[in-house]
Amino acid sequence: MSILEYNGAAIIGMAGKNCVGIASDNRLGAQIQTVATDFKKVFSMDDKLYVGLAGLASDVQTMHNLLKFRQNLYELREERSVSPKVFSNLLSSLLYEKRFGPYFIEPVVAGLDEKNEPFLSAMDLIGAPSYHEDFVVSGTATANMLGMCETLYKPDMEPEELFETLSQALLASVDRDSLSGWGAVVHIVTKDGVITRELKGRQD
Amino acid sequence: MGDSAYSFSLTTFNRTGKLLQIEYALNAVANGRTSLGICAKDGVVIATDKKLASTLVDTEQVRKVENITDGAGFVYSGVGPDYRVLVRKARKSSQSYYLTYREPQPVSQLVKGTASVMQEYTQSGGVRPFGVSLLVAGTDADGTPRLYQVDPSGAYFGWKATAIGKNYVNAKNFLERRYQEDMELEDAIHTALLTLREGFEGEMTSQNIEVGVVSTTDGVFRRLTPEQIQDYLDEAS
Repeated sequence: MSILEYNGAAIIGMAGKNCVGIASDNRLGAQIQTVATDFKKVFSMDDKLYVGLAGLASDVQTMHNLLKFRQNLYELREERSVSPKVFSNLLSSLLYEKRFGPYFIEPVVAGLDEKNEPFLSAMDLIGAPSYHEDFVVSGTATANMLGMCETLYKPDMEPEELFETLSQALLASVDRDSLSGWGAVVHIVTKDGVITRELKGRQD
Repeated sequence: MGDSAYSFSLTTFNRTGKLLQIEYALNAVANGRTSLGICAKDGVVIATDKKLASTLVDTEQVRKVENITDGAGFVYSGVGPDYRVLVRKARKSSQSYYLTYREPQPVSQLVKGTASVMQEYTQSGGVRPFGVSLLVAGTDADGTPRLYQVDPSGAYFGWKATAIGKNYVNAKNFLERRYQEDMELEDAIHTALLTLREGFEGEMTSQNIEVGVVSTTDGVFRRLTPEQIQDYLDEAS
């Protein structure tokens, strides 16, 4: 049993034209048993900054609280909002601090920078970051998600098309993974605001 | 500091509510060589009098204006060795900031951090306050040029123009008369040199002053070379 596969998760971040989307499944399990079907793994840190946390549920919630703590202090002290790049680097530093006793999460950061250009990053449980212009994935169905994204993705999609692509990629991926699924939540972030939609997929 | 036999602070209140150690530290600053700074609309300039005990001293080896980050620098009036400790700490803490955020520390954060260190030395066991006031020049997160003063107590102030050290009262009066809201950096450098010359004992040359400049064009803090200082001095004559 791998700790990162105990609770189950599927998260995708995808970039469009001056917009970014981030989606996750809703399942919380204890190995084979499903415990909740409304477990949030994507969190809004700011209007244009979202973070998705896949992995051990306890660490998902703890890290969300820790990130909020650090973001609040930053914004109080610096009197400005955290940019996606800085947030991603902060997250990376926080994870590496626990190099020899890590948080069991593999996060995804999605946001729009100061110029409303999409920002996507993903990292492993000890903070090794990678930056992508197209899509990032994390969770128990990464092989499925990478295949779906690679096939369905095209650059410069408008928000509506991005939503369709992101939704189809996620829904198809979780259907072949027993540990993730039970519906999904999709956020599409543009400079004018965010549209959040719930998806109903196979409830199994 | 905490593991010495002194677990009590040496800086304590007197009956009238003063912290005399801080007052005395401010006296040490007021006896130090003059430093000044001017914040222009497109940059900041800081300068100091580097007059030393003897003409035999190698002035090139003496550094009073120092870079802390690429975008911010310090100058001081007061006790030199205390200044070097602060410079070292400030450099380390701004590198630590960069390590966490991979973004350069804005000058306002640098000032708050340094001021916080100076305040700690007024409330910790077995230590005395730093005998320096700092002038910090840099550009903030949004590119605005800023000039700050930090005192031994840890109090900090943002200034449009200011002077510290010997003769600071006259220097500040001079600056008050000359300062204009929309001053450009080149004018500010000239005014800074004129102000420094006002209270200067003897002849002011490119060897016995130091000047540091940060411009909004590139946001980089630099010490002027003696040649550049000489050019400004020549223009001023």
